[in-house]
Amino acid sequence: MHPIRKKRLTIVLFLLVGLGIAVGLSTYALRQNINLFYDPSQISAGEAPVDVRIRAGGMVEEGSVLRDPDSLMVEFKVTDFNASVPVQYTGILPDLFAEGQGVVAMGRLNESGRFVADQVLAKHDENYMPPEVADALEKASKGRHAASGSAETVSY
Amino acid sequence: MWQFFHKLGSPKWFFGIAARLMPWLLAGGILLLMAGIVWGLAYAPKDYLQGNSYRIIFIHVPTAFLAQSVYVMMAVAAVVTLVWRMKLADVFVKSVAPVGLVLTFLSLFTGAVWGKPTWGTWWVWDARLTSMLILLFLYGGVIALDRAINDEKSAARAVSVLVLVGVVNIPIIQYSVEWWNTLHQPSTFKLTEKPSMPAEMWVPLLLSVLGLYLLFGWLACLRMQTEILLREQRTRWVKDYVLAGRG
Repeated sequence: MHPIRKKRLTIVLFLLVGLGIAVGLSTYALRQNINLFYDPSQISAGEAPVDVRIRAGGMVEEGSVLRDPDSLMVEFKVTDFNASVPVQYTGILPDLFAEGQGVVAMGRLNESGRFVADQVLAKHDENYMPPEVADALEKASKGRHAASGSAETVSY
Repeated sequence: MWQFFHKLGSPKWFFGIAARLMPWLLAGGILLLMAGIVWGLAYAPKDYLQGNSYRIIFIHVPTAFLAQSVYVMMAVAAVVTLVWRMKLADVFVKSVAPVGLVLTFLSLFTGAVWGKPTWGTWWVWDARLTSMLILLFLYGGVIALDRAINDEKSAARAVSVLVLVGVVNIPIIQYSVEWWNTLHQPSTFKLTEKPSMPAEMWVPLLLSVLGLYLLFGWLACLRMQTEILLREQRTRWVKDYVLAGRG
């Protein structure tokens, strides 16, 4: 290769590597700000600020959804299978909201550790399947549940 | 190998090759894209959770995929411009930047339309969506910078540097859903694992991605030909070509 081209190529490579390191370090330093939400483990460890508008995200715990019959208020627990946080929300939930589904809630954490949400967004996962397959899977896993009695971990 | 590389640098040679490739790219692209879209929108099974609204994936994923891969191609061309000063590489960057801009916009738009029914919001400032928006601005910046500098050679160098600086954004887009907590779901397709959707969903998706690739190839050839004619308008072969076309 021509020496001038070699020199130019070295400069270009240096530029790319330098930029990569700079951007890598700054995004690493800002990682908490880039995270869209706190997960329940962080909240129960006290890492999330109290009474500041934040987002909390995780899975809606099975069997934890309580709807108030007279109003739109709903209470549920958000879990990451290590810790769970009680969430209170008044309003219309997105269609995909269901027990065992991922959600991201925006609101404030009060002193008693309850998360008062003013917006709840559904987060879905990367798995797609036809309804018949989903039904079959559910039946199969229920069968296994009854047999072994062990809790199955779900990824989200 | 070097001879091929030098030939590739010749606009006249590329012009002829592009003319021969284009009908195939266009026909293949339309065929695959139509097959993928029709199969995906009309025949693929619906999703157990999202119902029919997930079908926007057959447009959203190809555009998002191409938007990033066009930028990577531009970055490779930028290195070639900076190191080898090959004219054709600069022609490529200049010709495809607007195409990339449109693709990025389409992927953001279809994503927003998808987000409203599934997440409950059009837009959220999570890492994936924000880095994709930065990609849109990068494409815009490349186009604007190219237009702002009159001298062809300085424009080529300035644009190449900008394209290279922006390329750090590509791995950020790609891995944003793994590095940080985002509302956007992680990738369904991974290089090492089986896709987490059944074949009757991912085959039409793959067809439309490939179809869009071919169509992009066709559009890139067409735009590059136009740009070559503009730049080489004073040369003998362009004059001959234009006169022959008229006669």
